Amino acid sequence: MQGIEVLFIGNNMLRLLDGLWVTVRLSLISIALSVVLGIFVGALMLVKNRIVRAICRVYIEIVRIMPQLVWLYIIFFGVTKLTGINFSGETAAVIMLTIWGASEVGDLVRSAFQSIPAHQFESGLSLGLNRAQLYTYVIFPQALRGLVPHLINLSTRMIKTTALVSLIGVIEVLKVGKQIIDANRFEYPNAALWVYAAIFLMYFIICFPLSLLSRKLTKKRGE
Amino acid sequence: MDWSFIEKYTPMYVEAAVLTVKIGFFGIVLAVALGLICALVKYFRVPVARQIVAVYIEISRNTPLIVQLFFLYFGLPKAGVLLSPEACGVIGLAFLGGSYMAESFLSGLESVGKIQLESAESLGLKRWQVMRYIVIPQAASVSVPAFAANVIFLLKETSVFSAVSLMDLMNVAKDLIGMSYNTNEALTMLVVAYLIIILPISVVFTILERRLRRAGN
Repeated sequence: MQGIEVLFIGNNMLRLLDGLWVTVRLSLISIALSVVLGIFVGALMLVKNRIVRAICRVYIEIVRIMPQLVWLYIIFFGVTKLTGINFSGETAAVIMLTIWGASEVGDLVRSAFQSIPAHQFESGLSLGLNRAQLYTYVIFPQALRGLVPHLINLSTRMIKTTALVSLIGVIEVLKVGKQIIDANRFEYPNAALWVYAAIFLMYFIICFPLSLLSRKLTKKRGE
Repeated sequence: MDWSFIEKYTPMYVEAAVLTVKIGFFGIVLAVALGLICALVKYFRVPVARQIVAVYIEISRNTPLIVQLFFLYFGLPKAGVLLSPEACGVIGLAFLGGSYMAESFLSGLESVGKIQLESAESLGLKRWQVMRYIVIPQAASVSVPAFAANVIFLLKETSVFSAVSLMDLMNVAKDLIGMSYNTNEALTMLVVAYLIIILPISVVFTILERRLRRAGN
């Protein structure tokens, strides 16, 4: 346990937590934007028009086939070069996470609605509900119940993906960790072990409860 | 597009792509082995080992690969464990992938109904025969879609290796952008390289899944 003090001297722990907050904030913004845009994408995938559906499908597949880090590079380096618009690292990160997240949410929304059997629509209509009532009371509640566990799961994936943004220079928890390690190189040569272990634990503490919640909701639904 | 630039640096990309595929391959093979062991431990409810596997799966699934790699590459040497970047890549990918593979295998194993096991046993099949002839063939075909998704997921995760100074595709692209400002060319080649690696695998798996679905009906 030699050298673990490095986490607690000065304001090191506070700085790490500050860095963690950057990670969490970027994730939260991206998740919120992804859900809003993803619902649109999902709705577009459910329309009758084949061309619209095909465009959505292509969007989702294109996003999926490339590693997220490649997209981050394309937005951070490529778009800047092509258009002359200079994104900050954080903006590029939110754009990448949202483009990716919206595609995933869109696909989840689509499958949540498609998993509702046709007889639910038919019985609703035959009971004399109009379309608005049908969706408010019959379809949305069921779709939502199927959707929420997947959305929580996707959120943990997005939080984990946020760790990549240190690679385009955003000062988040990994970068702060690196700074602390460098600053304490001589007094605490073992700093890297403890700092990265701490960051490891931080991610776990954030993602694990969400995973549990998602699993619990899935199970509850299966019963 | 500056074609002479592309021509000049294509060999670098090829080299990096080969490295990416190599580490991806070994990492995924190890992940499959690890996932198989974990799935069997959970399926047969091996005491103690089952709890260890459960903890491992949670840790591996709830932390990002890049943090796992940083811990392996920068952290562990301070505890006396020195790993080369290549070893870190393989171990990191296996550590991450093992849990995902375990869950896909386990869902396959558990999809085989109890009634089948009981029928097989009452027909006088030995335990290993039940596994060999009844459980594994059915479990395998159920596991394929999740398995395929995991392979592609893990191949994409290899892009993170650049963070532990492996000269992979991401690093080559980043270096070229930094050195020459030929951003468009460097990024286009990066995208093409990943497409060449991932697209064929994705297509093969899609065909395989479709055939299995037909076999299931």
